[in-house]
Amino acid sequence: MTSHSKLLKQKSIEYRKTILEIIFNSGAGHTGGSLSCVDILNVLYNSVMDISPKNFSKIDRDHFIQSKGHSVEALYTVLCDCGFFQRNDLDTLNQFNSHFIGHPTKKIPGIEHNTGALGHGLSVAVGLALGLKKDKKKHRVFTLLGDGELSEGSVWEAATSASKYNLDNLVVIIDRNKLQITGGTEEVNPIEPLSNKFESFGFKVQEADGNSIESLLNIFQNIPFQEGMPNMIIANTVKGAGISFIENQVSWHHKVPTQEEFNLAIQELEENLKNA
Amino acid sequence: MPNTLGKPNLEIFADTLLMEAKKDSKIIVVTSDSRGSGKLVPFGKELPQQIVEVGIAEQNLVGISAGLSASGKKVFAVSPASFLTARSLEQIKNDIAYSDHPVALVGISAGISYGQLGSTHHSIHDFAVMRCINNMTIVAPADNFEASEVIKQAVNYNHPLYIRYGKKPMLDIHSGKTQFQIGKAIIIEEGEDVALIATGETVQRAFLASQILKENNINPTIVSMHTIKPFDSETFLNIAKKSKIIVSIEEHSEFGGLGEQCASLLAQNQINTNFKIIGIPDEYMVNGSQSDVLDYYNMSPEKIANTTKSLID
Ligand SMILES: Cc1ncc(C[n+]2csc(CCOP(=O)(O)OP(=O)(O)O)c2C)c(N)n1
Ligand SMILES: [Mg+2]
Repeated sequence: MTSHSKLLKQKSIEYRKTILEIIFNSGAGHTGGSLSCVDILNVLYNSVMDISPKNFSKIDRDHFIQSKGHSVEALYTVLCDCGFFQRNDLDTLNQFNSHFIGHPTKKIPGIEHNTGALGHGLSVAVGLALGLKKDKKKHRVFTLLGDGELSEGSVWEAATSASKYNLDNLVVIIDRNKLQITGGTEEVNPIEPLSNKFESFGFKVQEADGNSIESLLNIFQNIPFQEGMPNMIIANTVKGAGISFIENQVSWHHKVPTQEEFNLAIQELEENLKNA
Repeated sequence: MPNTLGKPNLEIFADTLLMEAKKDSKIIVVTSDSRGSGKLVPFGKELPQQIVEVGIAEQNLVGISAGLSASGKKVFAVSPASFLTARSLEQIKNDIAYSDHPVALVGISAGISYGQLGSTHHSIHDFAVMRCINNMTIVAPADNFEASEVIKQAVNYNHPLYIRYGKKPMLDIHSGKTQFQIGKAIIIEEGEDVALIATGETVQRAFLASQILKENNINPTIVSMHTIKPFDSETFLNIAKKSKIIVSIEEHSEFGGLGEQCASLLAQNQINTNFKIIGIPDEYMVNGSQSDVLDYYNMSPEKIANTTKSLID
């Protein structure tokens, strides 16, 4: 393990603590989906993307659109660590008149696009990637989608445009945690065979372990997977990853921990931090 | 007699629909990963043959509902009001309203029920967009009685219908003494000179405002205008002719909803009353819980009472 990946692993544990704290303190949040995608955001913001508070106002930088907007607690946590705002700003989450609400908005430094209604992010990312490409810019557009979100028809409309315009500067990441609100994705509305579907839509598809820092570092190094083709990463994750009693439980989609659950979770994370 | 606190209208909707569906196997509920929010988990367990799940796909939800209706089913399409009436609007316009399929579109967690989840999740546009779709009936029940009656009538309603529900427990306004009929406003109390016209969950706020006004020796008429379309113009105009002051209150944009419907009737009937619309103004909305946001936008009982008094002075 390199020292860099060790650092990121520690960050992931710290991030999970922050996610739980802000959800617990504010009394609302999407716990499961934030925990499943936080390693992806960690690697993107700390290792992959050229994006920082310094260059954020410019077009010449990488771009990120979180289409699964409900997992905003993970995004806030990572943006806070990257210096886009202070922790005491974040602690106003869900308070009256705060801009820190349950979905991303551009009122928050570091957030690129307002999301929350599922199935919008990919089209916007396609437009952004297309514009950058037309201007011969080298920067890339990353977008994160939920797997339940893939039932929205608009996702597939956007996918056809991505391949039509050969957007190899577009990187689509699917948080494949296999759960949505009602139950498992394959019971609610089956989406498999997922990778074949996107391949037939003209994407170059690769799979990663979306909760493994090494696996993620590895896969992002290979972008573009193939010149002239949009990139798709199916990130296999566990919903609620990192806290044993939250993992893979439908009920934790937007459940807020009780005081007891909160204490247990923090305890588990602190143990993990010692061994990391 | 103080009014008792009932259940959330959304729960009453789900309980009533389950009761009706047990009696009538033609009833089909269609959901888009929304059965939890719609309180329909028990429905899914008890009547698995009468629920269709389409996943997170609201356009598909409405299209499939039209098709199910064409096959003779009595369809209730249930999804958050925000997504149902925005994302699926073309399906609603063409496949339901224009094609005259008697589907009940049920918008759950309407208005700003989703509080801190923000504008993507609010539906303050739904009255406006649904009003200008021909052949669409629009109902926003105020209390548990209205919430349940509208579902019973929806089962055999022969035209497209949009019903909007909030998720907070509501005061029992009517205590069951009154009659509910789609298209017929309910006069909760008849007063003098002043009228408060509200719809859906804001009826409770208007009702509480009227109690404050009474303490100030003002006795307003209070109306539950549960049906936004077809609008009960007759009842409204009768009240308007007798009133010097009218205030309308809605959990909706000031544009295109209850208030502008009232304004249009006043203007076109040469009724010159002192009239005020209370709704959400055209601005970047403040964030917070539903009740904090409504209070902020002048819909607390105190602010409704103050607005009314300011029109008298
Ligand atoms: C258009 C739209 N429909 C419905 C919702 C409500 N909703 C929020 S999260 C969610 C489930 C999302 O599941 P998935 O995409 O798998 O996300 P994850 O498991 O990563 O939380 C739903 C239905 C929404 N936000 N937007
Ligand atoms: Mg999922």
